[in-house]
Amino acid sequence: MASHDTVPGIHLHRAASLRGWGGLGVPGVERVGEDLRALTDGAVLTRGLGRSYGDASLPPPGVTEVVSTRMANRIRSFDPDTGLLVAEAGFSLRELADVFLPRGWFTPVSPGTWFVTLGGAVASDIHGKNHHVAGTFGQHVDHVVLRVASGEIVRASRTEHPDLFLATLGGMGLTGHLLEVAVRLERVPSPWIWREQLQVPNFDALLDGLEKSTDWPQTVAWIDTLSTGRNFGRGVLMRGRWAEPYEAPARLPREGFRPVVPVDMPPWALTDATVKLFNFAYYRKQVVPSVAGAVSPQSWFTPLDAVQHWYRAYGKPGFTQHQAVIPRAAGRDAVRRFCELLVHHGGTGFLCVIKDCGAEGDGLLSFPEPGMSVALDLPNRPGTPALVDVLNRFVLDVGGRIYLTKDTFTRREHFEAMEAARLPRFREVRAQWDPDLRLRSALSVRLFGDPA
Amino acid sequence: MSQRIAIVGATRGMGREVARRLAERGDHLALLGRDPEALEAAKADLAARGAADVSIVAFDLADAEGHGPALVQASRALGKLDAVVLTAGLFGTQEQLEADADLRARVLDVNFTKTILFCEHARTLLLEQGGGSLVVFSSVAGDTARKTVGLYGATKAGLSHYLGSLDRRYHSQGLHVLLVKPGFVRTGMTAGLKEPPFAGEPAAVSRDVVAAMSRRAAVVYTPRIWQLVMLVVMHLPRFVMRKVGF
Repeated sequence: MASHDTVPGIHLHRAASLRGWGGLGVPGVERVGEDLRALTDGAVLTRGLGRSYGDASLPPPGVTEVVSTRMANRIRSFDPDTGLLVAEAGFSLRELADVFLPRGWFTPVSPGTWFVTLGGAVASDIHGKNHHVAGTFGQHVDHVVLRVASGEIVRASRTEHPDLFLATLGGMGLTGHLLEVAVRLERVPSPWIWREQLQVPNFDALLDGLEKSTDWPQTVAWIDTLSTGRNFGRGVLMRGRWAEPYEAPARLPREGFRPVVPVDMPPWALTDATVKLFNFAYYRKQVVPSVAGAVSPQSWFTPLDAVQHWYRAYGKPGFTQHQAVIPRAAGRDAVRRFCELLVHHGGTGFLCVIKDCGAEGDGLLSFPEPGMSVALDLPNRPGTPALVDVLNRFVLDVGGRIYLTKDTFTRREHFEAMEAARLPRFREVRAQWDPDLRLRSALSVRLFGDPA
Repeated sequence: MSQRIAIVGATRGMGREVARRLAERGDHLALLGRDPEALEAAKADLAARGAADVSIVAFDLADAEGHGPALVQASRALGKLDAVVLTAGLFGTQEQLEADADLRARVLDVNFTKTILFCEHARTLLLEQGGGSLVVFSSVAGDTARKTVGLYGATKAGLSHYLGSLDRRYHSQGLHVLLVKPGFVRTGMTAGLKEPPFAGEPAAVSRDVVAAMSRRAAVVYTPRIWQLVMLVVMHLPRFVMRKVGF
């Protein structure tokens, strides 16, 4: 599959030089260097480590350069009294863990990868296993420094240009080039995680488990998408918290061997049979119904970071992900029907992850809202855009929304309908700071209707 | 035990990462450089990463008159010097250097003459203090004659030769010379260049260099694979090297 012309407005090629994490991309280059202020001058889009799955970090058609923040990763200051870290936008959560975890500090919100920059964390307003108590990353951001469309460099916070600040949290980099981020780190009692892992026999037990575990600061569940009948929705419930020093090994967790997926897997490697095998192994990997103990934060937060280039398991066509939140108001039954829909339409991915979300953040387009977030990896196949359409129609019907950072195939009309309540305000703020819509991405052309 | 180290080139590229590794182990650092704003930003970064303290010394590698005083100032600021690290240098592609006489003169002068003059001051100072490490970034470009890095490579060949002789001459007096030979590394300096296989990351380079400093190695290739690459390249016959674009 060389391109995906089946979805209007996007032309993503596998043989591209600028790619999203899912493997599809466009021709183009990264503008790299250490001086972010110089690099962003006149630029249309800035990206971090390129971990968004689809086209969020890709330039709009006709633009072949995207600024990379990779080399702009200096810490500006850290205040051990308040935990306030100020750093350049290219500083990654990986570096943050390396530098601050040994000193008893950590990011207040960690997504499923640490190969995310602070700039990316703000632009996606990332969330993690502690969303039900900690909210999104943006809730802990004190201020940002941006180069806005006019070229001006602006500091924005909840008190300085609050409109710009709130549009920037989850604003997909469309409000300005993020140059610096100030975020309050969390004090942790040890650099280890205490976690419990429980097998759950079916869907109801799984949702019960999540709902009854809200006193744990971190929870997530994984579903075997190939389980059917009375086993439907069986899975593993994981809950964790920072380990107390007496529970944890005295040493620092060390990064182990990082295996590499050396080449793209051939198409025949990814079939329903192999996925089934993977799911079964994942479910059965623990012989006893529950385990508990101290584990490294890497293995807890970012199990897939341990496998370099893991996306290659999906072969040349790459993959995407569908992540939606089904609002609490839609009821538990809606979550079940959504998961059944996934299975019914053959959306059998490796990993289906369910997580209960807490209160909505104040970012104008932040993804999570109270309800259940369901995320499923989907291999890119000819039928994938159609499957995404079906899933989106369901999400729309129950009043939910999707996570733009994972998205590749959503149609503009679906997105606009899902965000009908919030989008006008975002457009208003954007029009004020960027009336000519100079700052754009492939995603903003596809979903926001920006000029190509 | 934490060390007292003067670094030239700590504001960018590989030097920035080396300085970070030293900061993380709690060293006392003196940063020598030209751009006050970049030096202040580097100081803040290194302090937050754990440096015991960071001093700034105004310094320009192109200005030989200032070499001695700057090193003395760094030594005073830190009490003494356990090591001097030089990662700074100029770069131009062969095409740029052939076309631009002014750039060519500056690259030849700074990378060869001024670098060696600086090393002479550092060598003298370290020996006066009873020994220490002199860590200098040369390049695999100095290992053998190649089409694509004739002028830049010549400065590095001369520098490598000089550092090798320093090692032979003063090792017995306590001077540890570490000749660093990076291969292609993704930094601001190489941004936009066509990437060869085995390109490395500055953070990985810095770990190799700091490990080599600790074990008092005389030469370190980084990424390591480049030692093998250059071994092969050095043994390719001339007619092959005239053909390939490496």
